[in-house]
Amino acid sequence: MMSPRFLLRRLASLVPLLIGISLLLFAVIHLAPGGPLDFYADNPGVTPQALAEMKAALGLDQPIHIQYFDWIKAFLQGQWGYSIRTSRPVLLEITERLPATFLLGGVSLLIAFVIALPLGVISGVKRYTSIDYVLTLISFSGISLPVFWLALMLQLVFAVSLHWLPSGGYEDIGGGSFGDHLAHMAMPVSILAFATIAKWARYMRASTIEVMRQDYIRTARAKGQSHRGVVIHHAIQNALMPFVTVVALDLVNIFSGTVITEAVFSWPGIGKLFIQSMDGRDYPVLMGIMMIASLTLVLGNLLADVAYGLIDPRIEMA
Amino acid sequence: MATLTQTRSGFRRRQQSFAARIWRRFVRNRLAVASLVVLLCLAAIVLLAPLLAPYAFDEQDIELLGQPAPPSWAHLLGTDQLGRDALSRLLYGGRISLAVGLAAATVSTALGTAVGAWSGFHRGWVDTVMMRGTDVVLSVPALPLILLISGLLRPTVPLLIVIIGALSWMGTARLVRGQFLSLREREFVEAARALGATNGRLILRHILPNAVAPITVAATLTVGQAILLESAMSFFGFGVQPPTPTWGNLLNEATQWLDSAPWLAIPPGLLIFLTVLSVNSLGDGLRDAFDTRA
Repeated sequence: MMSPRFLLRRLASLVPLLIGISLLLFAVIHLAPGGPLDFYADNPGVTPQALAEMKAALGLDQPIHIQYFDWIKAFLQGQWGYSIRTSRPVLLEITERLPATFLLGGVSLLIAFVIALPLGVISGVKRYTSIDYVLTLISFSGISLPVFWLALMLQLVFAVSLHWLPSGGYEDIGGGSFGDHLAHMAMPVSILAFATIAKWARYMRASTIEVMRQDYIRTARAKGQSHRGVVIHHAIQNALMPFVTVVALDLVNIFSGTVITEAVFSWPGIGKLFIQSMDGRDYPVLMGIMMIASLTLVLGNLLADVAYGLIDPRIEMA
Repeated sequence: MATLTQTRSGFRRRQQSFAARIWRRFVRNRLAVASLVVLLCLAAIVLLAPLLAPYAFDEQDIELLGQPAPPSWAHLLGTDQLGRDALSRLLYGGRISLAVGLAAATVSTALGTAVGAWSGFHRGWVDTVMMRGTDVVLSVPALPLILLISGLLRPTVPLLIVIIGALSWMGTARLVRGQFLSLREREFVEAARALGATNGRLILRHILPNAVAPITVAATLTVGQAILLESAMSFFGFGVQPPTPTWGNLLNEATQWLDSAPWLAIPPGLLIFLTVLSVNSLGDGLRDAFDTRA
C-alpha cells in the first residue's frame, strides 16, 4: 500500500529536481553565443547606444545569476516573463498554442492505443509465427523511420501528386469546417500515430510474452481454460500494467513527439512556436516551452509511479 | 522438453568460448544477420565513396545550374539546383551521417558506462549525487533539448558528436549501474578483493567484463538513435552545415524542390531508414543472442 508519507516525499523531491532542470535550461540558453539582439546589431541604422538601451530594457545587461533570479521571480508570478518577439506574456503565448498541439497529439495517441494494444497482444501470444514476424517488421520500420522524411513522402504523394490533401497548416483561408480540419489533420495524425503504434506494440508484445511465461498462466491452462480465455482473462489484464505506464508517459510527453511533425506541416502548435522562437532567440519563450515540457514529463513520471502502486497491490511503497 | 534441450546444449557449451556461443545463437536469427550484411555493405560503400562516386561532392555541372535536373545517364540520381551530382552527394553524405552516428554512440556509451560503473560500484552519496544528476537530464525532453542546443550553437561536426553523446548516455548509465549494484555483491568480486585487487582493477577487470552484453546491446541501439538525431538536426538546418552533405541536410535542401524535383527527396531518407532499421534489428538480434533465458 501507498502511504501518504511516500506521496509527500515524492512531491517534495520535485522541488530540487525542477530547480536543477531550470538551471540546466537557463545555462544552455543564455551561455550560447549570440542573443536576441543580433538581428539589430547587424543593422547599421541602430546605434550602439540604442542597442545598449534595448539590452537594458530586456535585462540582458545584468550578470547571469541576476537574470536567473529575475526569471524565477517571473516564473513564480505566473506570466513567465515576456516574449521578446511579441512582448506578450510567455504563458499566454504558450497556452494559446496548447489546444492545437493537444488536438494533434490526443487524436493520434488515441488511434495509436486502439491499434497498438491488439497488435502487441497478437504478436506476443503468437510469438515466432509469420504474423509475429510481419508485425515485428512493421513496428521496427515505425521506430526506424525518420519522421520528417515520412512526412515529406506523404506530402509528395497526397498533396503534390494527387492533390487530395492540403500540404500543411490548420485550416484553409475561409475554411474551418469539420471536413476542412479533418483534411488538414489526416497526414500529421497518421504519421504520429504510426510512430507511436510501432513503439507501443513492441512494449505490449514484450509485456505479453513476459506474462505468458508466468506460473498462473500455466495454472489457468491446467484447470482447463481455453486458450482464448487464458489470453483474455489472465494475460491481457496483467500485461496491461507496464504498458499503461508507458502510455501515460507518452501522453504527457506529447510535445516532444509533435515538434517535428508540427514544423513540417506548419501546424500552429507549441512545436512550431518553439522553432519560431529559436530563429529569433526568444529566450523567455524558449525557457517557458522547455519548462512546461519538462514539468509535464516530471509530473507524468510521478503519476505513473502512483498509478502503478494503486493498480498493483504487490508493490510496496514506503 | 525444454529442460532436455537445455542440458544438451549446456553439455556442448563447455567446449566453446563465450564469443563463439553468442555467435552461434546470433547467426540463427536471419533478420539480424541480413542487417549485419546490409550495414557492412553500406559502410564499405561510403568508405569507398571517393572511388565509387562519379563526381566530387561539390563539383558543379555548369550546364545544369539553376534548376534541379532529373536523373540521366550522366547523373544517375539527377542533380540539385547548383548542378551537383545527387548520387555523389548521397555517398559522401553517408560518410558524415554514419561517422557522426558511430562517434556519438561511442561518446554516449563511454560516458554512460563511466557514470553507471562509478555510481553502482561506490554506492552511498556518490551514487545519490550522480543519479540525481541523471534524473535532471532525463527530465528534460531529449529531442527538444537537442534541437535547442544545436539551434543556439550551430555546431561543427565534432561539437555535434559531443552534443548528441552528452544527451543520450542516461539510459546506459542506469543500466550499467544496475549491473554493478548486483555484480559487486558476487563472490568472485569478494574473492578478488580478498586477494588485494584495487578498486580500479575490480571495476575494469572483474565487474565490467560481466556487464559487456547489455552494454553492447545498448550501444548498438544508441547508434541508430544518434543517426536519427543527427538527421533531424541537419534537416532543420541546425546540424551539419552545407556545403558538407549529410543525409539530413540533403533532405533539408530537397524540401524546397519537393513539387518540382521529388527525386532529390527520396534516396537520402531511404538510406537513413535502411541504416537505422538494420542497426535496430542488429541490436535486437544481439539482445536475443545474449539473453540466456530465451
